Amino acid sequence: MSDISLKKEFLKGFIRENPVFVLLLGMCPTLGVTSSAINGLGMGLATTAVLIGSNVVVALVKDLIPDKVRIPAFIVIIASFVTIIDLVMAAYVPALHAQLGLFIPLIVVNCIILGRAEAFASKNRVLASVVDGLGMGLGFAFALTLLGSVREILGAGAIFGAPLPFLAENPILIFIMPPGAFIALGFLIAVVNSLRERAEQAALQRAARQHEVTVKAGSGA
Amino acid sequence: MKRLESTLPNMFIVLTLIALISAAALAGTYSVTKPILDEQARQRQIDAVTSVVPEPFDNAPTDEAITVEGFKNVEIYPARQGDVTVGTAVRSYSNDGYGGPVTIMVGFSANGEITGTAVLSHTETPGLGAKMTDRAFQDQFNGMNVVGGLAVAKDGGDVDAITAATITSRAFCDAINRAWAAVEAAPAVEPAGEQL
Repeated sequence: MSDISLKKEFLKGFIRENPVFVLLLGMCPTLGVTSSAINGLGMGLATTAVLIGSNVVVALVKDLIPDKVRIPAFIVIIASFVTIIDLVMAAYVPALHAQLGLFIPLIVVNCIILGRAEAFASKNRVLASVVDGLGMGLGFAFALTLLGSVREILGAGAIFGAPLPFLAENPILIFIMPPGAFIALGFLIAVVNSLRERAEQAALQRAARQHEVTVKAGSGA
Repeated sequence: MKRLESTLPNMFIVLTLIALISAAALAGTYSVTKPILDEQARQRQIDAVTSVVPEPFDNAPTDEAITVEGFKNVEIYPARQGDVTVGTAVRSYSNDGYGGPVTIMVGFSANGEITGTAVLSHTETPGLGAKMTDRAFQDQFNGMNVVGGLAVAKDGGDVDAITAATITSRAFCDAINRAWAAVEAAPAVEPAGEQL
């Protein structure tokens, strides 16, 4: 596997195949924990750790697992990683762990993790699977932090706990409550979609121009 | 390498092995983190007691927890300096919160004067009921006497309710009243005060 495609596997998680904005996977933690930027970041990083760990193990043992029992085998591997992360976070970052609460165990059922194990790690080598896990995980963390920031700025008038002028005195409470999660996510998806569309159109036009140039050059010769 | 075939013995062996290895990894992590987690839980309780009992104390109140019959989920922690009881912390709750149960820690002096309050857990609305964790709301309780019961101003009491969160404020008073009722009902403990 060449460097270029590794880079591609890494970058795809951020915009092109972003788990939250494009694949719409893992909506439960996305909507549930993003009431502040730090919660989104913490959840995103915990998910990234589980994703990398499960991707590595699945890529390592993929040939030893009979096809018919691969899903239960993946689930056991993922659940073990989640429980380990849960215990380690409770022991070393208790404040963040208390904030994220129930959502840490729920990483087990986050479709992104099983989805990457099934769609990528079980078909690729270890290095590529690490890169895939890292890219997808950070893309997820990026999306959650962005959503958490928007909700915290509008709903609590602060960013990462630091109060902002004017907004701190006039918070729009609904944004840190559950309905605000849906509203903010909807607008963010709309923005990302329009950016993606624009980028695709620009790429198409560029390709068309290049084609024209080559055709002209060909006929001129 | 070709993937292992899905024969019954293969599937059986592989799943058993995965379960065994996972169990071993979990047991290892658990035994490393268990003492840290226990210590944290203990420290949190001691911190909560310290925050509601202003006098210095040298015993471990949470190790001498007293439960009172008829008061489930209420625990009384006597704080002592030497042989002298300097205050009583009580972990109490109310089920009348807007978003669910509210758990608090409250400290009393011998005659029922409140020496401090702290919210241990709650699920109140952010920005409204959750303001009960603010000192601005809780500090008004310091020095109030709980004997006779606390109530918000709307119900004829002295407590200034949180704006737009009367239900939460009532729940807070309810939890404090329950705490004092437990202290009075506990036969074995004298309420905080000098002992001979």
